[in-house]
Amino acid sequence: MALVSDTLQDDGGEMRRARRERFFQRLNRANGTLSVFGLGFLVPLARMAAGDNVKAQARELWQQLVVPLIGIAVFLAAWAWLAPQVKTSLGAIPGPMQVWAQASNLHADHKAERVKEQAFYDRQDVRNRKLVADGRADQVKHRTYTGKPTYVDQILTSLKTVALGFVIATLIAVPAGIACGLSQTMSGALNPLIQIFKPVSPLAWLPIVTMIVSAVYIEPYDWMPKSLLISAVTVTLCSLWPTLINTSLGVASIDKDLLNVGRVLQLPTRRTITKLILPSSLPLIFTGLRLSLGVGWMVLIAAEMLAQNPGLGKFVWDEFQNGSSQSLAKIMVAVLTIGVIGFLLDRLMYALQSAFTYSAHR
Amino acid sequence: MSGTFRKPSTRAVMLDRRTALLGAGGLVGAAALGVRPARGAALSVEKDELKFGFIKLTDMAPLAVAKELGYFEEEGLFVTLEAQANWKVLLDRVITGELDGAHMLAGQPLAATIGFGTKAHIVTPFSMDLNGNGITVSNEIWNLMKPHIPKGPDGKPQHPIGAAALKPAIEKLRADGKPFKMGMVFPVSTHNYELRYWLAAGGINPGFYSPSDVTGTIKAEALLSVTPPPQMPATLEAGTIHGYCVGEPWNQAAVFKGIGVPVITDYQIWKNNPEKVFGITAAFAQKNPNTVLALTKALIRAAMWLDENDNANRVKAVEMLSKPEYVGADKAVIANSMTGTFEFEKGDKRAIPDFNVFFRHFATYPYYSDAVWYLTQMRRWGQIAEGRDDAWYADAARKVYRPDLYLKAAKLLVEEGKAKKADFPWDSDGYRTPTPAADIIDGVVYDGRKPNAYIDGLAIGLKGRQRVDGANIIGG
Repeated sequence: MALVSDTLQDDGGEMRRARRERFFQRLNRANGTLSVFGLGFLVPLARMAAGDNVKAQARELWQQLVVPLIGIAVFLAAWAWLAPQVKTSLGAIPGPMQVWAQASNLHADHKAERVKEQAFYDRQDVRNRKLVADGRADQVKHRTYTGKPTYVDQILTSLKTVALGFVIATLIAVPAGIACGLSQTMSGALNPLIQIFKPVSPLAWLPIVTMIVSAVYIEPYDWMPKSLLISAVTVTLCSLWPTLINTSLGVASIDKDLLNVGRVLQLPTRRTITKLILPSSLPLIFTGLRLSLGVGWMVLIAAEMLAQNPGLGKFVWDEFQNGSSQSLAKIMVAVLTIGVIGFLLDRLMYALQSAFTYSAHR
Repeated sequence: MSGTFRKPSTRAVMLDRRTALLGAGGLVGAAALGVRPARGAALSVEKDELKFGFIKLTDMAPLAVAKELGYFEEEGLFVTLEAQANWKVLLDRVITGELDGAHMLAGQPLAATIGFGTKAHIVTPFSMDLNGNGITVSNEIWNLMKPHIPKGPDGKPQHPIGAAALKPAIEKLRADGKPFKMGMVFPVSTHNYELRYWLAAGGINPGFYSPSDVTGTIKAEALLSVTPPPQMPATLEAGTIHGYCVGEPWNQAAVFKGIGVPVITDYQIWKNNPEKVFGITAAFAQKNPNTVLALTKALIRAAMWLDENDNANRVKAVEMLSKPEYVGADKAVIANSMTGTFEFEKGDKRAIPDFNVFFRHFATYPYYSDAVWYLTQMRRWGQIAEGRDDAWYADAARKVYRPDLYLKAAKLLVEEGKAKKADFPWDSDGYRTPTPAADIIDGVVYDGRKPNAYIDGLAIGLKGRQRVDGANIIGG
């Protein structure tokens, strides 16, 4: 691609020209990073601003920014036009405007709840001061707010749950995957189990997980209620397979010469793993992790619906049960939220993946 | 009016005698509990952060009111209320201790305690309400029923509508090779028993349970199955069921959505029948006696508020319940039943002032006779497989229903000046006066002291020593 247009003919511009050259080089490098975060369209804009060939950059911009925007606009228009034509028992299907109204509603609700929360703490302070004044300071208690979780709280709970489930999955899947990749026997033993458990739906795991967690986790900590653990373990069970399979594939496909070199140097097993196997299988491990997180986020919603974990899934279920005239729009807000967060999580993993994938860039 | 239910005059006389007694015993009792009798002093509760579960139905109102109006906090309780997915999840979470207590079907603590379904000892210090349910059929069934319902002088269907009018519809479906299916909310729910009562009173067999077949459809002419309350309208709309029995707002929701027609309310089946209870495990009650008193006090105050000044607060209550964290349905839908009217066929709105009773008629006192009625229905339909003697019924009721705890809480409220003495049946032996024949749709008098005589007097159902064996009823 032409980095600098040939029209540049400034005489005293040797220095400036070199600076521009460096600037474009930097832009080129940034291009990779920006496109990881879905911000690739900034590059042509910057180039245009710096005086690059407008026509070529405009074409680039069209591809990267305008076409996706047109896609979204067409979708919104089709939605707005088609939605009111379907009448459900809860009224017509809400269009983009109603959904937006409910999103603001949820936000207002969140703010109102925070005000109530403050009032709760104020009452508590008054009570505690009174206790201290009465000389009963030992009875002073600080309680967390007992009101309902707001939409924002529910998003945070969901993120916490999926993070927990994902961490557990990773801790199990990566070592198991390495073991499978290194040893034919291990792989042969685990493969049938993987194949059988991989396609099981979260809804099937949930009752089993509920029963086991209830039996084993008897005295719950405040920061980890049973419902959270149940959802998280369900997420683990569904999301560990892609990491496991990809890790074992990555480890198994390591260059045999590398292993032979290791053998010649008489590296102990642990160093073989940390110095040779892990670095060369990282790209595939991260591919697996990225898939796992996607699956985890997807099944989390189903798990939360039934495990009563106060996250987005429970929000959707409660709204479905409410059956009020606003319920459908609120559920759609949740659907879009779930989608956007899922997209962001995927981008995050993609960024990590490209950061750890040396071969592609160097 | 339902004044016929009890005799107020004799009760008032007994009350005076009893209150004198209580006055003397009051201080001793309070001291034994470690309670200072000082006015308004909160009990020293053992557990002050509590989580209660509920199902999205209007009769969870006492919980929402006690929280929103700060009654729980005034008792030193910090309560989180959490909607549950269904009755089974709710019960399981109370048993495992994830929930400290919950809004329960009256049959749940009883069934759990006698070991039908999940076994656990659950007690109830507080009944939550009377009435509040209805039976709704789909538009298709309603059109088949309507020609067989006599009309009143105003041209509207004459109430109460008996299940006999349903028979032609069932026969028509059967001729088309389709079974007649109805939804209820749980095998031991009031709704199951009320729906069965109504069907049986109209000569339709709703089916039996047996130890080996717990679907409850042995010999059934109407197949009943479980659907969680909030999903009832959607399931009816999908055509999976032809009708259902459920609490509010889900009957009114069918009218609003135009997908079904309520045919009868449970008030018309049995005037002032007992409904939900507040359930806690026996272990919780034993470990936290003051907490139980405190929460019962808060709930009694909430119930009083709901019925105060002839339902004057109901509009505010509707406002609370329509919040998404509680019932969450539209205000108009909730208001229909909460404010004393009930809409049957679209436009056919009738006044039923006692459709939802939270405090009047001693609604919150946990009567043994209410418990016994549920047990008789469990026996009638085979959930209790073997015949039992009258003493067994009384014992089971005493194990679960705890009017002693209720009266302790009530006494504290009276001492604090938050309730009137006359509001509580201090002298009751736990049994209501027998229901007069006029108050119940099939005219069979119910006397909680004689469960077996009552069971034998009912038209369809197991009697005496009868058992269900395979698809047959044997013995007797």
